Amino acid sequence: MAAFWAWFVAVGTIAFVIWCVWLISWASKQGPQNKQDEDLVGHKWDGDLEEWNNPAPKWWLYLYFITIAWAVGYMIVYPGIGAFDGVAGWSQQGQYEAEMQAAEARYEPIYARFAEMDFETLAKDPDANKLGKSLFAGYCTTCHGSDARGAAGYPNLTDNDWLWGKTEAAITTTIQQGRNSIMPNLSAALGGDAGIDNMVSYVQSLSGAVAADEAAMSAQPMFVALCSACHMADGSGNQLLGGPNLTDDVWLYGSSTDAIRTTIVQGRNGVMPAHGQLLGDKRTKILAAYVYSMSNAE
Amino acid sequence: MRHETIEKSINLMMVLIVLAISIGGFVELIPLMLSSDATEPDEGIAPYSALRLAGRDVYVREGCYNCHSQMIRPFRSETERYGPYTTAGETVYDRPFQFGSKRTGPDLARVGGRYSDDWQRLHLIDPRALVPESNMPGYPWLAQNMVDPDLITIKLRTLKMLGDPYTDEQIAAASSEVEGKTEMDAVIAYLQELGTNRSARR
Repeated sequence: MAAFWAWFVAVGTIAFVIWCVWLISWASKQGPQNKQDEDLVGHKWDGDLEEWNNPAPKWWLYLYFITIAWAVGYMIVYPGIGAFDGVAGWSQQGQYEAEMQAAEARYEPIYARFAEMDFETLAKDPDANKLGKSLFAGYCTTCHGSDARGAAGYPNLTDNDWLWGKTEAAITTTIQQGRNSIMPNLSAALGGDAGIDNMVSYVQSLSGAVAADEAAMSAQPMFVALCSACHMADGSGNQLLGGPNLTDDVWLYGSSTDAIRTTIVQGRNGVMPAHGQLLGDKRTKILAAYVYSMSNAE
Repeated sequence: MRHETIEKSINLMMVLIVLAISIGGFVELIPLMLSSDATEPDEGIAPYSALRLAGRDVYVREGCYNCHSQMIRPFRSETERYGPYTTAGETVYDRPFQFGSKRTGPDLARVGGRYSDDWQRLHLIDPRALVPESNMPGYPWLAQNMVDPDLITIKLRTLKMLGDPYTDEQIAAASSEVEGKTEMDAVIAYLQELGTNRSARR
């Protein structure tokens, strides 16, 4: 089937070019034969101004022949006539692969140098960070913001507070494989509004935002029972599970009573998409070092 | 023959104009519509599920293609940012394809899995809540509009008639798949699948 259509295109293209040559040659031979009345186009201006049925000027016709000659040359050099690849051997895929190879030859030595450096040194290397910054701009800013300070539900990466850990391995895993943080809906387990209100107060008291009064402390046993699996019994969080530290002043979904209440009543589902396939190992390392450097500049 | 003959006969002129502009179509369009090079799906490419098809129709209705292309060209600058370049075999079930011709926003051919469902939802309702410098309009009504379960069955049946390999089971299950779903759910399901059903993404 494909072969048939290749011939269809080839024959159609060549026939059309030949037809164009014929048409233009034919048109160039037309004109007033005897310069008699029948060769006038029949319009009359200002009483006596008339026009012969002349062909288009020669220079104009030659332009057509030049474009036809150009087309023929083009189709010999480049693909165009059916399945014929052209004598230059050009193809869109070939051009793309050549571009990729040229880029690899140019950038590979740079990546190779960074691949050998250890993580801490890399995070302090200004060239690596420049590269990391541009990777960050391309892949990360839509959620974490162009200033990397995040948004509600999207972590701030500049505050040296780490949900999943700040080691090279942890940051690499986060970037390459993504993360899925699930805060379950606990409204039923807390048994009604009073229980929820007390839990909100208790969570706020962990970071000292409100005083740990009697009502708040009444939720402590429930906190140990329900929340400690991820947030630990003292609320300090667990980086192995991505359980946020509740004793500091960093709030992923907001610190207001309403925001904390929503978190507890509706649950939260934080997703960091996997970027391993997009970035590959070498670029991930540079990006991870840049992310690390934003919190550990000195 | 004098050119007057053509110029003064509107019917002859019309026939010759149609003939002249059809030649390009005969040679360039018809082979692409019928040749197996361009009509066979790539490995892993399947017709849209009912919910995703509904989402695709929302995408078309809202004119997303006016600002977003779905066509990654074979240039390094594009494949570095978006992923592997688009092939003809990937778009055989797109009627019509959503290549687009303008990128006010980014290309979406491989946007599936790049953001979370929640991100897509918030971003479609109010793009500036997540990307302050964005100039994309919000589409909050998508969260209220429901997908029509009867219509989707008809759409699937029509596509099957046109040659898309839907099974009878898929058509029978179509309306229950979109039952109770909003247009927001549908368009997110559509976006989250874009470009993910190829075997290798890089």
